[in-house]
Amino acid sequence: MSLKQVFTKEEIERAITRISHEIIENNKGVKGLVIIGIRTRGYVIAERIAKMINNLYGTKLDVGALDITFYRDDLSAISKQPVIHNTEIGFDIENKNIVLVDDVLYTGRTIRCGLDALIDFGRPKTIQLAVLIDRGHRELPIRADYVGKNIPTSQKELVQVKLQETDSEDSVTIVAEGENGPERT
Amino acid sequence: MKLLIKNGHVIDPGNKIDEIMDILAEDGKISKVTRGIDVKADTVIDAADKIVMPGIVDMHVHLREPGREDKETVFSGTKAAAKGGVTSVLAMPNTLPSIDSAGVIKMLSDIIKKTANVGVFICGAITMERTGKKLTDIAALKKQGVIAISDDGNSIDSDELMWQALKEAKKEKLLVICHSEDKSLSGKGVVNLGITSTRLGLRGIPKESEYKRVARDIMLAEKSGANVHIAHVSCGESVEIIRKAKKKGVKVTAETAPHYFGLNEEDLLDYNTNMKVNPPLRTKDDVLAVREGLKDSTIDVIASDHAPHTENEKEIEFEHAEFGSTGLETELAVSVTELVSRGVLTWSELVKKISLNPANVLRIDKGTLGPGKDADIAIISADKEWVVNKVGFASKSKNSAFIGRKLKGAVEYTIYKGKVIYKA
Amino acid sequence: MTKKKTAKWFHKDLLGLEYLSKEDIELLLDTAESFREILNRKIKKVPALRGKTVVNLFYEPSTRTRVSFEVAAKRLSADVINIAVESSSVRKGETLNDTGKNIEALKADIIVVRHNCSGAANMLGRNVNISVINAGDGWHEHPTQALLDMFTLRKKTGRLEGLNVSIVGDIAHSRVARSNIWGLTKFGAKVTVCAPDILIPPGIEKMNVKITGNIDEALGEADAINVLRMQFERDDMKAFPSQLEYFKKFGITEERLKKAKKGIIVMHPGPINRGVEISSEVADGANSVILEQVTNGIAVRMAVLFWVSQAKP
Repeated sequence: MSLKQVFTKEEIERAITRISHEIIENNKGVKGLVIIGIRTRGYVIAERIAKMINNLYGTKLDVGALDITFYRDDLSAISKQPVIHNTEIGFDIENKNIVLVDDVLYTGRTIRCGLDALIDFGRPKTIQLAVLIDRGHRELPIRADYVGKNIPTSQKELVQVKLQETDSEDSVTIVAEGENGPERT
Repeated sequence: MKLLIKNGHVIDPGNKIDEIMDILAEDGKISKVTRGIDVKADTVIDAADKIVMPGIVDMHVHLREPGREDKETVFSGTKAAAKGGVTSVLAMPNTLPSIDSAGVIKMLSDIIKKTANVGVFICGAITMERTGKKLTDIAALKKQGVIAISDDGNSIDSDELMWQALKEAKKEKLLVICHSEDKSLSGKGVVNLGITSTRLGLRGIPKESEYKRVARDIMLAEKSGANVHIAHVSCGESVEIIRKAKKKGVKVTAETAPHYFGLNEEDLLDYNTNMKVNPPLRTKDDVLAVREGLKDSTIDVIASDHAPHTENEKEIEFEHAEFGSTGLETELAVSVTELVSRGVLTWSELVKKISLNPANVLRIDKGTLGPGKDADIAIISADKEWVVNKVGFASKSKNSAFIGRKLKGAVEYTIYKGKVIYKA
Repeated sequence: MTKKKTAKWFHKDLLGLEYLSKEDIELLLDTAESFREILNRKIKKVPALRGKTVVNLFYEPSTRTRVSFEVAAKRLSADVINIAVESSSVRKGETLNDTGKNIEALKADIIVVRHNCSGAANMLGRNVNISVINAGDGWHEHPTQALLDMFTLRKKTGRLEGLNVSIVGDIAHSRVARSNIWGLTKFGAKVTVCAPDILIPPGIEKMNVKITGNIDEALGEADAINVLRMQFERDDMKAFPSQLEYFKKFGITEERLKKAKKGIIVMHPGPINRGVEISSEVADGANSVILEQVTNGIAVRMAVLFWVSQAKP
């Protein structure tokens, strides 16, 4: 098995802190700001970002979870059956500045689904994209506004993000082809 | 014409033979059954490691001709018989028109003469159009050559009319075959009444509809002294009633079909219409009771109740599908698999149930391999396994309840009157 | 925290709850939760079945089930075609298998079939390669109705295991009763069936249910009661005394409910016969979840449509 750790626990923490600051700077404050994470790990990162901003500015940002399974364009093509989670967006997104959060940006198809899903909830003022890792190989014209780290990869590799809340540790590893990596995102 | 079968394991319970022997047939008749026959024959069959038995006498077959030649004909039905090791069949009278008059019998006899591949005997109807209202001219039927009468498919509801029929049959020395079913109880039912009918959400047929009518038919048999044969026994209660009657000395014989000892109601749980038969497949306990009845000679005969139907009549909603399964091509193998392999019957006992006894019940000179008898012979690979396939039936119809089943016992040759009519 | 659902779906068809495992049913109910949330959105639609065609093939008139499936399919962005066949003319016309094969040749993806013959959906499922969903076959099964009943119960009480559920009415001729019994008993619910003797089918005790002819007994310990629609116009019911007699002995009234557990859930698959099996006060009362069942029905049918379309052989 070929494993290469590319991001440590400390680096993940630093990246989330930096992204949080950039979000505030870019939006000139927190007014109308909501954070929505894509299930499963995007939501975990969204919660961390919101917590960070809340600590820094004494706010109570709305955080939502988005499950994009029903929006996927490759439902019948994927070999594994989809795992379905609930979408939990308990607030109105009309005219809000949404930061959509995911762990890894790859082809862009997940984000495309996320955008479709979000727009079905209403008409936000802006949608911005934050990702922990951008590994390249885009298939759609999508780019992130906030990136934790750009990691050049080969398409044969898998990028595995582990987070304390879901996987009992914080790390990002590159797994060579053939290993059990995360689902292609 | 000489036919010599060498080194086969001959099972001929009629002559108490159960050992390796040779058989010589000359001009359609058996001439010698002994060891080491060494003559020049036109045909020589090496039957080493095979069972050689009298051809099956199937006393319950629906050939459908005249009237429903789309389902089966005398020609196709007797081809199927040959493939199944069957050399004599009794053709049931529920044709269109019914076999209820001399004219129809004459027509059918002509068809048989021209097209039959095995021996076909005719069963006449008891009542006109088998409606249970007016008796046929039983004496005339007998004169035309029927060897039994039955309203198969129906039972005569009127005790009085049945009584008349039995008296008449006794006078004519004709066997009466009873389809014992009280339709006021079975009604619109399509499967055995009980947990299975409840699970499937289908109307049920209670066992009472069978065994109460069996009891009546036996009671009338006893009173009239006629020879009565109970067809397709399916449930434990019927077996017990027949057992008691036989002990009492009533002249009654009984038959069951392979699906009643090889399948049970739970096999129906995916709505396989080929298993929709009448009487219906019963419970596992009934299957055991039927096997016990075969073992202790309460049930004398195994007959197929070969009931061919077209796919249009079977591949439809369960409650609309016709009752019946084909059986000529599978009856021996099912019997070997479910009875001999399970130790219910020995090979010799099986040959008795499927060849000798039916010939005796019908009083025809078949079912044994003694010198001078018709050379009607089946040669079997007892241990050969095969899977029943929808493709490849000789019958015109494909509605076998056993499709997909792995069976043991394969017919290698069927010989009718000294001629090989089927070879695997 | 989200619950990870690891169960997988292998069934091309949904023919009945008898044929599903507890895990299968759990997957459907959990997925239905996700769809239930979608129904609360402003835009109640997701593209999961975009480009798929669902054919509602109905041999029995049934507005509510047909509409529920139609709404469910449309919420998933599928195209829906409704075919209503006069069942009395079926035997003269095209066979069910031929109709199914024609629908398959039209490149539809899912057939939702309602038929008056038990086993019709099983037969169709065997004979076509596309998915078949049973929307009620004869007296056999009505799996999506039972799923929505179970979904509603689980949502209301948070559990199914150990729940006491009484089903009251014409059990003998009820596909709703059978599917509920299969489904609920798989989860360890305790099911009682309550009906006059002639409406209790033989051998049903072997399906792990308690039988009673006394409505007060059926109500006694029940956490929920499922009231079946009575059809006095059917032939088999000719032997039955009268509607009034039935209502007196088995009708669900406020008075009877007073003696039952507080908060007992009253369900009905609809359409309700007010004053025949249930009084208006109860049907419209605080214990009734009849209209919630209708909404939940959409979510459950979305889950079924979604999973059969995902089935991997």
